[in-house]
Amino acid sequence: MESKPLTKNIDMSRPPLDIAAYEANEGYQSIKAIAAGLSPEDVLQLVKDSGLKGRGGAGFPTGLKWSFVPQGENSPKQKYFVVNADEMEPGTFKDRLLMEGDPHLMLEGMIIGSYTIQASTAYIFLRGEYKASEYALKKAISEAYDKGYLGKNILGTGFDLDIILHTSAGRYICGEETALLNALEGKRANPRAKPPFPQVSGLWGKPTIVNNVETVCNLPGILSYGVDWYHGLTKGNDHGTKLFGISGRVKTPGCWELPLGVTIREVIEQYGGGMQDGYELRAFLPGGGSTDFMLPEHLDLQFDYDEVAKVGSRLATGTMILLDDKTCPVGMIGNLMKFFAHESCGFCTPCRDGLPWVDEIFNEFETGRGTEKDLQILHEHVDYLGPGRTFCALAPGATAPLGSGLKIFAEDFDRHIKEKCCPYKH
Amino acid sequence: MAKVVIDGIEYEVNPDNNLLQECLSQGLDLPYFCWHPCMGSVGACRQCAVKQYRDADDKDGMLVMACMTPATEGSIISIEDPQAKDMRERVIESLMISHPHDCPVCEEGGECHLQDMTQMSGHNYRRYDKKKVTHRNQYLGPFINHEMNRCITCYRCVRFYDDYAGGTDLSVQAAHHHTYFGRHEEGVLESEFSGNLVEVCPTGVFTDKAFSEHYTRKWDLQVAPSVCTGCSVGCNTTPGERYGSLRRIVNRYNSEVNGYFICDRGRFGFDYVNSDDRIKVPLTRNGSEMEVVPAGELQPTINSFKGSGVIGIASPRASNESNFALRCLVGDENFYSGIADEEHEATQLILSLARDKAFNAPSVREIELADAVVVLGEDLTNVAPRIALALRQSVRNKAKELAEGCHIPSWQDAAVRELAQHDRSPLAILSSYATRLDDIASDLVIDAPAQLANMGAAIANKISDKAPSASGEEEAIARIAEQLANAKRPLVIAGSSAGNIGLIQAAANIARALHETRGEAIDLCLVVPEVNTIGMSMLVNSSNTLGSALDKLQSGSASKVIVLENDLYRRAAHKSVDAALDKAKAALVIDQMPTATTAKASTILPGTSFSEHEATYVNYEGRAQLSFQVHRNHAAALPAWRWLSEQQRGDIDSLINRCAEEAANFDKLDDLLPGLNEFVAGMKIPRQSHRYSGRTAMKANLNVHEPKQPVDDQSILAFSMEGVPATKDASVLGAAWAPAWNSNQSISKFQEEINGELKQGHTGELLIERNDSGSYLEVAAGSDDGQLQVAIAYQIFGSDELSAKSSTIQHRMTDAYVAIAPADAKSLGVDHGETVSLDGNGNVAIACIRSKMKEGTVAIYCGDNEIDRHALGDSVALSKAANANVRRGIQGLIVSDLFEEAQA
Amino acid sequence: MSADLIASSATKARQLTDAEIKEIEHEMELYPDKQAVGLEALKIVQKHQGWVSDESMQAISKYLEIPVADLESVATFFNLVYRQPVGKKVILFCNSVSCWIMGCDDMRAHINEKLGVDFGGTTEDGDFTFLPVPCLGDCDRAPVMMVGDDLHRNLTAEKIDQIFTDYRSKE
Ligand SMILES: Cc1cc2nc3c(=O)[nH]c(=O)nc-3n(C[C@H](O)[C@H](O)[C@H](O)COP(=O)(O)O)c2cc1C
Ligand code: SF4
Ligand code: FES
Repeated sequence: MESKPLTKNIDMSRPPLDIAAYEANEGYQSIKAIAAGLSPEDVLQLVKDSGLKGRGGAGFPTGLKWSFVPQGENSPKQKYFVVNADEMEPGTFKDRLLMEGDPHLMLEGMIIGSYTIQASTAYIFLRGEYKASEYALKKAISEAYDKGYLGKNILGTGFDLDIILHTSAGRYICGEETALLNALEGKRANPRAKPPFPQVSGLWGKPTIVNNVETVCNLPGILSYGVDWYHGLTKGNDHGTKLFGISGRVKTPGCWELPLGVTIREVIEQYGGGMQDGYELRAFLPGGGSTDFMLPEHLDLQFDYDEVAKVGSRLATGTMILLDDKTCPVGMIGNLMKFFAHESCGFCTPCRDGLPWVDEIFNEFETGRGTEKDLQILHEHVDYLGPGRTFCALAPGATAPLGSGLKIFAEDFDRHIKEKCCPYKH
Repeated sequence: MAKVVIDGIEYEVNPDNNLLQECLSQGLDLPYFCWHPCMGSVGACRQCAVKQYRDADDKDGMLVMACMTPATEGSIISIEDPQAKDMRERVIESLMISHPHDCPVCEEGGECHLQDMTQMSGHNYRRYDKKKVTHRNQYLGPFINHEMNRCITCYRCVRFYDDYAGGTDLSVQAAHHHTYFGRHEEGVLESEFSGNLVEVCPTGVFTDKAFSEHYTRKWDLQVAPSVCTGCSVGCNTTPGERYGSLRRIVNRYNSEVNGYFICDRGRFGFDYVNSDDRIKVPLTRNGSEMEVVPAGELQPTINSFKGSGVIGIASPRASNESNFALRCLVGDENFYSGIADEEHEATQLILSLARDKAFNAPSVREIELADAVVVLGEDLTNVAPRIALALRQSVRNKAKELAEGCHIPSWQDAAVRELAQHDRSPLAILSSYATRLDDIASDLVIDAPAQLANMGAAIANKISDKAPSASGEEEAIARIAEQLANAKRPLVIAGSSAGNIGLIQAAANIARALHETRGEAIDLCLVVPEVNTIGMSMLVNSSNTLGSALDKLQSGSASKVIVLENDLYRRAAHKSVDAALDKAKAALVIDQMPTATTAKASTILPGTSFSEHEATYVNYEGRAQLSFQVHRNHAAALPAWRWLSEQQRGDIDSLINRCAEEAANFDKLDDLLPGLNEFVAGMKIPRQSHRYSGRTAMKANLNVHEPKQPVDDQSILAFSMEGVPATKDASVLGAAWAPAWNSNQSISKFQEEINGELKQGHTGELLIERNDSGSYLEVAAGSDDGQLQVAIAYQIFGSDELSAKSSTIQHRMTDAYVAIAPADAKSLGVDHGETVSLDGNGNVAIACIRSKMKEGTVAIYCGDNEIDRHALGDSVALSKAANANVRRGIQGLIVSDLFEEAQA
Repeated sequence: MSADLIASSATKARQLTDAEIKEIEHEMELYPDKQAVGLEALKIVQKHQGWVSDESMQAISKYLEIPVADLESVATFFNLVYRQPVGKKVILFCNSVSCWIMGCDDMRAHINEKLGVDFGGTTEDGDFTFLPVPCLGDCDRAPVMMVGDDLHRNLTAEKIDQIFTDYRSKE
């Protein structure tokens, strides 16, 4: 049985499999299973039973999310399924791999998702800069239409589906699922209030599911090989495999599909090859730029949702950013803050006006003009930009590295103030 | 009702609202910016943070935005919680990061919601010491100033301008802390409601340009409750005066009429009051010259207009009192209508329908409740603008209904819009030319007025076959009929401006058909052009038309005429006015500004303007409203009724009482008068705030002694700061002010509940009782003589006589034009912008080629009475003319259905 | 929205090209609402013209009957819509965290020196516009940048020199 369902077809040294090769490797089996009689309710139950959690960052159970879509006679005729392929979180490079490496897998997943909620139109919201993904997906979509996996009356099921590839005009906030909907509607990508959730009022006011690329890529395996197989993949409490990545000063940075629950040490040492010579691991962000710093003492933790949460961080995208001992932590956090400040949509006050202040203060630290007062203001902004205070999760995301960094690297901040310069730049 | 606990105290609140609104309704202070009482919540500013607890045992609680949280039964919240207070202080601190702190030179200072909220939130020490973000400002036209650096990014401007008022040329641009609110390029803000930005913006980004040039702090303005005289809606306003000049007009809340918003004609159309051209002294004719009437001769001159042979001509822009005084002076039978004969006939029909039990004349608020509307022929944006704004809200009832189905509360403004997208309640517009409401119309029918009337008749007949039959485009007729029949609250709108009585008859038939099938009174909104068209018409005998008055003068059966605040050249063909006035032995004209009619007068008496006297007016619904004097006229002008009444002194209250007693249907008029006994210790209500400053310094260049405050023996208001400001018991509220609330947002402190009636009670009195049961009307048919059928077009800036004399409005006015279909223009050989002659009789207008015109129909805009409108028939012959003197041109015209090729 | 309510403007629309119109028409089939097509049209025009001029925006506004203020609102919101002319190739230079750790500041300085422009600038010869971009999602091969549609990874000063030489020689 398959142990790497997400990446089994991926070999970046060659172009992705075309549809024939994809089919030959058990591709589109799930659609055939649907054609053979799986009802939307059956699929929903399978996905619920699989325990699949969203891979877009929040880790919300996918089956549960789908179950909020109104079904049955009186539900709106038009529904939408949307894949969130806007990957723009700093340090995150997993969805790109899936789309460039095996576009048909995602399409297969999309057909499953759309069928389950009975959406006849699905959009891929693709990051504009992902040109290679765009070409790969375009080709795959047209192959899928030709083979009858897309279009009218798919494989005689009576189910119709069009997949439309939308390339984003670029902004991190578009990754936030409700902002994404506004962007798809051609509006400014400000997030929307929740409730109402997109499952009830989403794209053009119609029930809509938004799922991450990796989440969607999990679906074909679940349908093709079954829930038991899926549950057997993991080494921890959460089910399935996950793409884990490392950037920073390891010997062999990269992205690998591994069972949930591998230890962090295993990922870094076995797959990342350990730290480059002359560098030591100082701390790391476990799942992209909006997670809390973790420390070398956490290396033996199992890498899954609950374990990481126990030490106050989040698995999120599972792509780690490593901070080494020769790189300034203040500078690193400052870089993240500049990103978040620039990518704020400008809708709500704390985020729009708070983050630039934070950014300005980091500029002062960088040039040796930071003061105790500035540091105090940074501390205050951790609360001020936190969950519940802002309209969406962008600013709280920024407070994760900021808040944890202020604690862990207090000494470094002090040195910047006292030495009136960045000590790492001597 | 639901019980919620706020800081340990239990309150009864409305669970359909959000916590912010309910806190404010309870009189609690909770700061906010992006929320607006009638635009709902979007949760952008994060200023209204409160602590919410799960239950009585929850000690930690969670911060929530009050505006985004429903006031559900059992909610426990705290405004005073330290964490919530800290959050609110932080938010203000953030908002002030790039604010210029230019309060001393900012027009908004002293009535700035941002100032109030800054104080209330407790932010007072500035810690931000980095660079501020700065912006470039834009030229936005003659009405509005732009100072973007003051912006706090609350999104209210675009939410009002675009979402609420349907504007399309103001938007939010850029992102993060560079977010910018402006046009795509510099230029005139097009919306007819742009002035509301001044009040909607919680700080000084959008300010009143004319006011800016000589701005005065709110507390230094002398104000009184007033009524806009711009059209028949009668929006409530607060004019403010300083140093003898009227400085500005702002909205005055009236839950039934204008709510929070007025149009730009009403806001900017007043400065003729300050004009040097005002008639300042009584004048009498000496040959071709006018001379000042010597003091001793004034009374004898006036007295010479008493007795037999004198007739009076009333005025739709004069108060009930002045009209009534004239009626008393000349006698019922000699008191004539002051409007054109066709309009008179239409208005008398409107009055008869106003007595009919089958109908209800909806207030503006009620118009907003309609869920299916048909408009027959009226260009509401240009003749009754506030109603057009209300219709924009009515079409959203569909969205609210959808939202209810999805359990989305209607105050979740963005969510409701996102759900409904372009789904709207039906609004059918039958018009002779494109209107500014077309973008929300479900059906748009463009045709000549008579054809539209016919179509209206067909709709009525479709609803009930008892209505007289008519034929027309079947599909649209059936659709509109069905929409009205199926609506929860259908609304039919017509009026006299379109100049075709058939449209009113058809509207009445539609409403009657609906009444017949549903059994309830149907909203029938019949608009008229001027502030007191209805009041005046109620005072005039229906047979006393203006035409018959002119005939009497011309035939010599009347020898003298008193013309009350009226330019007769706007009311009848110039030839017949000339003939009448030339023949009259004497003509006494009372007015504020010189007109073609005053030029023919033998005696001219200066009248006071709307802000210089107390008066009542009757709006399109038959709602009488009281408007107070704001300031004194320093010249010799008197209210017209004073010139006309026996003893020239007298007081307005007794005249109103007399009018209530003597004039049919006016019996409730005196209910408008607040009695002095209602006031604290019998003290008057000050027109000046108790913080009116520098009284001794005001005329320091002349004298440092404090001048004696003039006494107002006419009114319950005082021309000073002495007295007791409006309290709960006084039915008079000029400028709203409450402790800690200096901005217009203080109005919440005076409302029974948010968006409810004022505690002062203020909504006016509906005068006309409905006791009649009428029947279907025969709808007048049009005739087609093969010529171009005429429809009359109006402009919000220009069609109203007095506001057109305001310099601010004049910036936006155009010359007279003829709107014409491309094909007709082609066959006449005229290009866009060229001059055409009408009927070859010397009337010229500029050709305006519009794509949405029916071939064979033209729409004529008469400009500021540049065209002898009443000399025109139902049809017209056009010919190309030598290019006439272009004064303003038509470049400033915002009709936007200009024909492409014509533009190029 | 109807043509009636499109803002009056001093700037006149240019004519859209047949190719642009064809592509815009195609987008109309993919989105049920004009507003969505508006954003696509901005991208289409940019693809053909390199950037979105005022005249282009007016043209889209006219063609789709979307108020130009609404188009400006979205055009200025997104990072990849250029409202100013850009060079023949746009350099999107990742300056997010992983690239920063891997020394992208030095690469930026190198490009600045090499091309004589910093972020926001266009070279005098009009060949390149140099812009920062958030994380390009290739963090395991940082530092990275895009030139036109091409992604360049594991940047070094030498590599960068070679890249520019190659582009310029291709012209
Ligand atoms: C600021 C912000 C950016 C986000 N960016 C992405 C993204 O690029 N891709 C993604 O899949 N989810 C992103 N998310 C999470 C989405 O909002 C959403 O939770 C996710 O797409 C749901 O998919 P899932 O249930 O499959 O995880 C982002 C969230 C926030 C607050
Ligand atoms: S967003 Fe804001 S004012 Fe604005 S009122 Fe609420 S949170 Fe409140
Ligand atoms: S941080 Fe540069 S590619 Fe990710």
